[in-house]
Amino acid sequence: MIEEEFDAIVIGAGMSGNAAAYIMASQGLRVLQLERGEYPGSKNVQGAIMYANMLEKIIPDFRDDAPLERHVIEQRLWVMDDSSHTGVHYRSDDFNEAKPNRYTIIRAQFDKWFSRKVREAGATVLCETTVTELVRDGRGKVIGVRTDRAGGAIYAGVTVLAEGVSGLLGTRGGLRQMLKPEAVALAVKEMHFLPEEVIEQRFSLKGGEGCVIEAVGTISHSMAGLGFLYTNKESISLGIGCLVSDFAAMRESPYALLDAFKSHPSIRPLIAGSEVKEYAAHLIPEGGYKSIPQLFGDGWVVVGDAAQLNNAVHREGSNLAMTSGRIAAEAIVEVKNRNAPMTKRNLSLYKTLLDKSFVVKDLRKYKDMPALLHTNACNFFTTYPRLMSQAAQNFMRVDGTPKIEKEKATTAAFIKARSRLGLVSDAVRLALAWR
Amino acid sequence: MHIVVCIKQVPDSTQIRVHPVTNTIMRQGVPTVINPYDLFALEEALRLRDAHGGEVTVLTMGPPMAEDSLRKALGYGADRAVLLTDRYFAGSDTLATSFALSQAIAKIGETFDMPDIVFTGKQTIDGDTAQVGPGIAKRLDLLQLTYVAKIAAIDLTSREITVVRRCEGGMQKLKSRLPCLITMLEGTNEMRRGSIEDALCGARSQILKWSAADAGIEDLGMCGLRGSPTVVKRVFAPAVRAEKAAQIEVAEKTLRDLADELTAEILARQPALERELAFDGGA
Repeated sequence: MIEEEFDAIVIGAGMSGNAAAYIMASQGLRVLQLERGEYPGSKNVQGAIMYANMLEKIIPDFRDDAPLERHVIEQRLWVMDDSSHTGVHYRSDDFNEAKPNRYTIIRAQFDKWFSRKVREAGATVLCETTVTELVRDGRGKVIGVRTDRAGGAIYAGVTVLAEGVSGLLGTRGGLRQMLKPEAVALAVKEMHFLPEEVIEQRFSLKGGEGCVIEAVGTISHSMAGLGFLYTNKESISLGIGCLVSDFAAMRESPYALLDAFKSHPSIRPLIAGSEVKEYAAHLIPEGGYKSIPQLFGDGWVVVGDAAQLNNAVHREGSNLAMTSGRIAAEAIVEVKNRNAPMTKRNLSLYKTLLDKSFVVKDLRKYKDMPALLHTNACNFFTTYPRLMSQAAQNFMRVDGTPKIEKEKATTAAFIKARSRLGLVSDAVRLALAWR
Repeated sequence: MHIVVCIKQVPDSTQIRVHPVTNTIMRQGVPTVINPYDLFALEEALRLRDAHGGEVTVLTMGPPMAEDSLRKALGYGADRAVLLTDRYFAGSDTLATSFALSQAIAKIGETFDMPDIVFTGKQTIDGDTAQVGPGIAKRLDLLQLTYVAKIAAIDLTSREITVVRRCEGGMQKLKSRLPCLITMLEGTNEMRRGSIEDALCGARSQILKWSAADAGIEDLGMCGLRGSPTVVKRVFAPAVRAEKAAQIEVAEKTLRDLADELTAEILARQPALERELAFDGGA
């Protein structure tokens, strides 16, 4: 019998890992968290928007000292063609509430803060330490880990895999399959620095208010993709991401795509005069409900991006990550409090609880969306945005053409591009996938 | 053998910005690291301990957040860490710093074991004075060996140490007695990666936090701003000097010829450099 040094080992110090480590440590479990980066957050990349509700469930008074950039009061959703955008803007003073709902954050700073909370809760956090292998007993139960440092294995009752999207450790350990190129997006982003007052003037903001733009259309060159622009205090995060399989098939380079997005006439003036200080790239799980792997086993659970818990349609990832980390931790604490072993059967409590949460319910709702958008990328990301822009311009431009002829021309353009059957079929499939 | 290594937490110079108006270093939000020169001292101390037994105590003076640097040092394998922290130390120049550190080292000697060697880096990357090491040696009456490139031999029975040090125009091989203070030159070794046990120890060990009183310092007038006669009169960016610059004609020459030509000219101007390079190559 090997003596357990820790109750739990958490692999990774991102949103899900920190949430899990924090909950377990604050419930009195002996927790060891291992992070490969120089400090927590040094390897973590996100847009980033942070959703308050999910963090409140972990650290209720996080607003007291967490490094938050701006609270979001305006959301713009744009459909872009080469020279224009058609958009929906939603801006509300209701978002200027005592406890705002969404914030922009800078992960390198936010994660440092989160990690400090984890340490204050009593967990041991080791950085610059990469887990190379899961250690199993004769029956296959995960009983600990080996790292890239010299020395022996470290043992724990349960191992929480919060290793992030690529999930190499779990894949190597046979816990799940390799990530498929069509189930993962590659996003690139830049940080554009501008004085606070310039940002506030350009986006009509004041006193910590923030604006976010998310855009689809010809910017993704007929690939399934999304562009974004988020306002921070003194910088703008700007990026674009597309499916890895699409990048490969279309032989597009992410950086060229970002350059084109930056020089789009709707985006260029928003970042004019800025100084670029940072360039980052990251993978985002996009497979949705159907690509969620086995979430628990003898002596282990998997959380966050490593478990593919990302809602691509609503661009929500970090909140699913921290919620899955929290729920996994609560399940582990429950099993521990019953003095029960960390078996597959007992840890299934994690999945039971997760299934009841918004995490799995949301992903199930959109289970058919990845397949639809992937097989129809050209229509949804190029043809329709172009048609929509033409229709809008046709509607706005006053040139002596009778309105009835304008409307006919617009309808004809849609039918010519997609045929009646195509239009109906796209509409039905989209509606079904959304349902 | 007991070795004390003095380290300093400094802003990471690769991420530092200088204020455009005041020319002062903008430290806010800049990540900190262990002064890179100190790592050579720490690694040398760890090697001596591994070869001859004993303990390595790491000492730093600084604000409470300097604990991070000490934890890192423990993670590399140091046995004990002392953080000298007190508001009385704020604003210390090199004189006041060497006073406080020497008092703390004396206290470490009393509390644990008298140190056989005190290590420091050759200088810090933020102050660049190279004064604190020699200051400590003087106050503790230790023989000082500065700019040491290599510890050639150590004999604990006869209490003798032989080192190679860099001096102007060449290298010296010196034999000295223990106890002594060594300031270690850069590039002399490579910091190890601590084992998982060291790393765990670093994360979980208790760091000894000493105030001025804990370190046995009675004369607070010798500490901090009050004990620091150095006054910064003006901070300025040096004007660019181009006297020694020369235009290089590249046309019709191969890169190798150009390099040979330049090397010959540099060595003609600085003959000491050639001897030093030859020594390094042979070492």
